[in-house]
Amino acid sequence: MQKINSPSEMVEMRDLCQAAFARQKVRFLVCAGTGCIAGGSMEVYAELKRLIGERGINVDVELLFEGQESDAGAAKSGCHGFCQMGPLVRVEPKGTFYTKVKASDVPDIITATLDEDTVVERLLFKNPDGNKALAEHDVSFYSRQTRIVLAGCGTIEPEDIRNYFAVDGYQALADIFQNHSPEQVIDIVTKSGLRGRGGGGFPAGRKWKAGLDAKATPKYVVCNGDEGDPGAFMDRSVLEGNPQAVLEGMTIAAYSIGARYGVIYVRAEYPLAVVRLLKAIEQAKEYGVLGENIMGTGFDFDIEVFQGAGAFVCGESTALTLSIEGKRGMPRVAPRPRTTEVGLYDKPTLLNNVKTFAYIPDIIRRGADWFKAIGTESSSGTAVFALTGHIANSGLIEVPMGIKLREIIFDIGGGIPKGGKFKAVQTGGPSGGCLPESLLDTPIDYDSLDEAGSIMGSGGMVIMNEKTCMVDVAKYFLQFTEEESCGQCVPCRLGTKQLLEILKDICKGRGKPEDMDLLVELSHSVHGGSVCGLGQTAANPVLTTLRYFKSEYEAHINDKCCPAGVCKDLISFRIDEDKCKGCTLCARACPVSAISGEKKEVHTIDQTLCIQCGICLDKCPKKFSAVECVSPKIIVTPKEKMEVS
Amino acid sequence: MEERLSKVLAPYKGKHNALIPILQEVQAELGYLSDEAMMEIAKTIGLPESQVYGVATFYAQFYFSRRGKNQTKVCTGTACHVKGAARVLDAFERELGIACGTTSEDYEHSLETVACVGSCALAPVVVVNEEVYGQFKSSKISKIIENLKE
Ligand SMILES: Cc1cc2nc3c(=O)[nH]c(=O)nc-3n(C[C@H](O)[C@H](O)[C@H](O)COP(=O)(O)O)c2cc1C
Ligand code: FES
Repeated sequence: MQKINSPSEMVEMRDLCQAAFARQKVRFLVCAGTGCIAGGSMEVYAELKRLIGERGINVDVELLFEGQESDAGAAKSGCHGFCQMGPLVRVEPKGTFYTKVKASDVPDIITATLDEDTVVERLLFKNPDGNKALAEHDVSFYSRQTRIVLAGCGTIEPEDIRNYFAVDGYQALADIFQNHSPEQVIDIVTKSGLRGRGGGGFPAGRKWKAGLDAKATPKYVVCNGDEGDPGAFMDRSVLEGNPQAVLEGMTIAAYSIGARYGVIYVRAEYPLAVVRLLKAIEQAKEYGVLGENIMGTGFDFDIEVFQGAGAFVCGESTALTLSIEGKRGMPRVAPRPRTTEVGLYDKPTLLNNVKTFAYIPDIIRRGADWFKAIGTESSSGTAVFALTGHIANSGLIEVPMGIKLREIIFDIGGGIPKGGKFKAVQTGGPSGGCLPESLLDTPIDYDSLDEAGSIMGSGGMVIMNEKTCMVDVAKYFLQFTEEESCGQCVPCRLGTKQLLEILKDICKGRGKPEDMDLLVELSHSVHGGSVCGLGQTAANPVLTTLRYFKSEYEAHINDKCCPAGVCKDLISFRIDEDKCKGCTLCARACPVSAISGEKKEVHTIDQTLCIQCGICLDKCPKKFSAVECVSPKIIVTPKEKMEVS
Repeated sequence: MEERLSKVLAPYKGKHNALIPILQEVQAELGYLSDEAMMEIAKTIGLPESQVYGVATFYAQFYFSRRGKNQTKVCTGTACHVKGAARVLDAFERELGIACGTTSEDYEHSLETVACVGSCALAPVVVVNEEVYGQFKSSKISKIIENLKE
């Protein structure tokens, strides 16, 4: 190992790493993102290593650095984003892209690659048009994307810093040490138009400038990796897939404002991100690009990892810093000084989202104009989304700002699977809103989404099909915010509870016509009477669903009907006598034995016993489709009840 | 238990800034935060017990009673919610015979929900002990429970 003693040595280090990795003729990159690991990618990795080793090929990376050639090697990469098709394997240098790989497929992959110079057809991704994709960029999911923050995720090995060096890692830091004053760096960030990716969209340059102008010391740089939006995993994938980019971005920020210490706040549920970050920090220190006397310049900056303890509100900046101090994470009450002046331990603190920091090295290396040219006038660069829900291709995507929702959902996401119909798209998590089909031509940028009643958020994008009940979705989010409200503002603490109770009543068939006005009125009170973003935006899911899906509320309230067939108190399951063939599958699966009927005879559901679990509907073979969900509920009169018993 | 506790607490004497990492470490060691442990923590770092409880109860990660040997977490994040997490949770409640948020009498199982584990593309997701199960089907439950018995 060679410690970096001056910024100019960074170029040499890059060339050294590039040359070493080039000595490996073929490289199998197995995705070690959380999704692929759940699918068994580590078994695939072990099998690859074993079989390559059996051939007597050197798989030791260290030997590459000593100048030895190697025919093949295996490495673990971060998340490629196409989690649903995992485990994924990418074969470099050709970039051959295999999906749904099992350990038993490994011998074929090795033979095809090393002996025959062919590909394993059956593991290639098949595009909707029937064509097989050889590499990632041939897959329709990827071809419309522009990857900057995610570029390294899936192509480099996150647990070995030399991979990051080889793709120009830490060149930006070396460059600013040599050529730019803190003011100049901030100037580049400002000119790039980069806005904070944590949801608020605050101009990063302006925040950094405030950090530089703050007088007190020591100063802190804090990275917000709390990723509170339940249904999103962008920050997780960046932290796990390219942790060095976040460290470099934070170090550049520290240089710009004159900070000595940094903290990365990682969400409690992300143990793998913590492991990778700690490893990354250790390696960065070993190479002298982090810690004391960075690159021999005399600049010191240390980063610690802090693990959150499960509180959504801690994603808010003032709550987050209090939480690091070992206190309850309650947002500070306004009027309050900015975090850039009074933050962690009451000292000046620059706090940005994971992605905001991860953009920085690229912006410094490629220049403000390059970044500004991507996206729109008011929102430059790309947006990263976790595309999930009822969508054919779910996963992590990065697209230029300004792209239309429709393009994301239908071109990249491949539309709604199983012949379903699009109903709504939700962005911004519990603070965001649900947009209907008529707004699918809305461009993705901070201002347009705001106008439509939703928000950009930090990147969650959940697609919902026609079987999703929008009142239930509003209830779902209110349940979340009611539980996560820290409780210090009465309108937030009690208002979210009242909103939730009204929504629960509506879903239970106890809604009253005046409830809809009451919901709007209460929403405005909660918005106006809360100090932090949690309360201020908590009603957005209610307001947008009321605005765009009013008829569904009316059906629940006036007709006691849940058109999507979700709200249990408003639906019944019944068996169509003409279609039932008496296969007994449903009766055997029913967990409460509510279904009776002899073999080959029509079955019936006892409505007094049925718990609306829907298992019978799932079990009934498609060719019969005898079970149906009906709403409003089938009312059982006392007489019928007697007959049944 | 006392010995394990004092070993965890030793490096933290008087450090109240470190309260959250301390709570995390103690819970990792003991499985939950017992009354005695909370008292010890308060004494070690020099904070009133009420304050230590105040912080600990604020965060969802901390438990104050003994939990089951096997821990099942059903994700109810947005992506999982729209993909039928509620039904998965119902099914677990039925099969394990315990309500969400509780532990079985024989301390074999605990069942709870979690708001997203970050594998949303695989929704619905269930985490049993440390293992993540994606694209979950309720029909897998009995087999999973069976396997845990071994
Ligand atoms: C309730 C609440 C939760 C938040 N959660 C997060 C989060 O999980 N991640 C995040 O980066 N920002 C979150 N924010 C926004 C932060 O307060 C802050 O604006 C952001 O981290 C600043 O970084 P940026 O300028 O790079 O966006 C949240 C805000 C509120 C009010
Ligand atoms: S919503 Fe379940 S894993 Fe994210």
